[in-house]
Amino acid sequence: MYKIIHQEKIGENLGLLEIEAPQIANKAKAGQFVIVRIAEKGERIPLTIADFNKESGSITLIFQEVGRTTLRMGQMKKGDFLLDLVGPLGEPSEIENYGTVVCIGGGVGIAPIYPIARALKEVGNKVISIVGARCENLLFWVEKMQAVSDELLIATDDGSVGYKGFVTDVLKQVLSEKEIDRVWAIGPMVMMRSVADVTRPHQIKTIVSLNPIMVDGTGMCGACRVQVGEETKFACVDGPEFDGHLVDFELAMRRLVYYKDEEKRALAQEQCHGGGCGCH
Amino acid sequence: MSLKIPRNPMPTQDAKERIKNFNEVALGYTKETAIYEARRCLQCKRPLCMQGCPVEVDIPEFIAEVAKGEFDKAIEIIKTKNSLPAVCGRVCPQENQCEKYCILGKKDEPVAIGRLERFVADWEAEQVAKEVERKKSTGKKVAVIGAGPAGLTCAGDLAKLGHEVTVFEALHTPGGVLMYGIPEFRLPKEVVRREIEYIEKLGVKFENNSVIGKIYTVDELLEQEGFDAVFIGTGAGLPYFMGIPGENLNGVYSANEFLTRTNLMCAYDFPNSCTPIKVGKKIAVIGAGNVAMDAARTALRLGAEESYIIYRRSRNEMPARHEEIEHAEEEGVEFMLLTSPVEFKGDENGNVKSMVCIRYKLGEPDASGRKKPVPIEGSEFEIEVDNVVMAIGQGPNPLVPSSTPGLELTKWGNIVANEETGQTSKKGVFAGGDIVTGAATVILAMGAGKKAAKAIHEYLTEC
Repeated sequence: MYKIIHQEKIGENLGLLEIEAPQIANKAKAGQFVIVRIAEKGERIPLTIADFNKESGSITLIFQEVGRTTLRMGQMKKGDFLLDLVGPLGEPSEIENYGTVVCIGGGVGIAPIYPIARALKEVGNKVISIVGARCENLLFWVEKMQAVSDELLIATDDGSVGYKGFVTDVLKQVLSEKEIDRVWAIGPMVMMRSVADVTRPHQIKTIVSLNPIMVDGTGMCGACRVQVGEETKFACVDGPEFDGHLVDFELAMRRLVYYKDEEKRALAQEQCHGGGCGCH
Repeated sequence: MSLKIPRNPMPTQDAKERIKNFNEVALGYTKETAIYEARRCLQCKRPLCMQGCPVEVDIPEFIAEVAKGEFDKAIEIIKTKNSLPAVCGRVCPQENQCEKYCILGKKDEPVAIGRLERFVADWEAEQVAKEVERKKSTGKKVAVIGAGPAGLTCAGDLAKLGHEVTVFEALHTPGGVLMYGIPEFRLPKEVVRREIEYIEKLGVKFENNSVIGKIYTVDELLEQEGFDAVFIGTGAGLPYFMGIPGENLNGVYSANEFLTRTNLMCAYDFPNSCTPIKVGKKIAVIGAGNVAMDAARTALRLGAEESYIIYRRSRNEMPARHEEIEHAEEEGVEFMLLTSPVEFKGDENGNVKSMVCIRYKLGEPDASGRKKPVPIEGSEFEIEVDNVVMAIGQGPNPLVPSSTPGLELTKWGNIVANEETGQTSKKGVFAGGDIVTGAATVILAMGAGKKAAKAIHEYLTEC
């Protein structure tokens, strides 16, 4: 059992949990993820580690409350426990001094981009960060991102804060003005695909972090397979980060919605049985 | 004791009924049947059956006690050698192990050793639990990586010798393939839990959710965490695919995923459980081993109307146990032999909808001694499928080997270990089970765990 030591609502349907997990915190590196299970018959869901702190022995998870498990996680309080937590899984980000890098976080993807930007900054990169969301209510960790970036740019779809438009519009602007050595982009699949499309003609290596459906997260089941160039890779052990110019995003997006109907059914069940009343 | 008593059949759930549920197919002997069957044993002076048992159970001795109705003595005898009797009694391929050597089998049918073992283990579970005697600690600490058949056996045996054992398991529950792979209808999970409880009572500690290679490396276990020896039993946890077009379409599962969703994650109980599985009307399982049979039979229980086994060789070469093939046939699984897919085709949403297959004929024997399947040119044909399960084998999971410098591996990534002792190229590090041999059986992994426990004990006593 893993104790929740801090809980916060950081935006509309956006939850944050800080969890006591000293062993994971001790080993975690930017780019890695954990698998969470919250109930006896619960599912195993992967979540990228948003922050980790060796001193306090804790890790931070940020999630969109969209599914059965994340909705329940959103209702958890300080002092509650997660039933199962396993990690750190996956390969860490390749952190080196590349020169000038752009770190893009879209929506809930701002969370996993944060430790990457921090690590890149620590080894001496000039870090330009671009964070984006539909509107200001969905934006979070702006100050934290500012602290680890040389420059922070904001984009919102409605223009409620920062540039009105997409992160890719801001990226195009940056690319026209500066020499960029590498790009990291984490967010919705369409966003990562668009970023890869923007950087492709500039031949700037672009790393994306995939979050496909997983079961065990240790390479055992192959549910998370993705096509990268000519090869089939398992996102859980070979990734989750891949070269965005080689990822087959169409396939990845199709695989992500395979259980859409079941997810709806599960949500209906959840709302109907909410609070465990078992009324039906 | 007479040859004239025929081998007692195992009562089973009717095939028409059982494909509608996940309850166990084989129902087990009654007390009377068990005693009757035990009386068939000739009590050979030099029993051949024992040479077929990788964990060295004193077979005639325990059977003699069953014949007398002394079931508590029988289970005691088994448990000195085998910590997982209820599992072994169910999933061991006894026809290739102990029963293969039974002298009765020469002219008649062998004593049903496996069924008797299962009976005795199940009988014990119904009694008031006895206190398990714990050995005084030797002060030596052993880390076992992986709580599958090899790791559990190794851990149990080491605990019986007084060593302090911690088992590190990657999943949220111990058991390995016994929990995620073998279906409920063949091995109820309650039976596995019971056996694991017994190992816990011996003093073994379980650390679930602990992926070695990530949370600690093998070197850290030895150098920082105070362990005197390590046993690696991480199994064959890497599914193979064929590398043909369309394999990444939605609806194409690895057998590991298909079975893990159903068994470990209880997808058959969705939406009461949270993990879904999709099974359409027609499902094709590629491969003909035990895992393939498990998947094909599971599919029927999940509502498939047609469940095919697709295998490129003929019936004689099918690697599955005879009993599993028989059960699958009774339940209506269809066998498409000398056939293999060359491509999967999908619909506009990327869901698999059909499979192009090619027919094979058998040619000359290959390196494995089996007749080599040769594709028949121009024999392609297409069949509609809603789901596909790839059950063509598993490789070694690389997480531990790749994070352990100095550990010698084969070119396939299996750990090189001494067959008799499990000793690897690294001091204090032992390995056994599928991670060494490649995908094999539960009992062979248990045998390897047992041998390694003995060698680790010797190693610890020397140092």
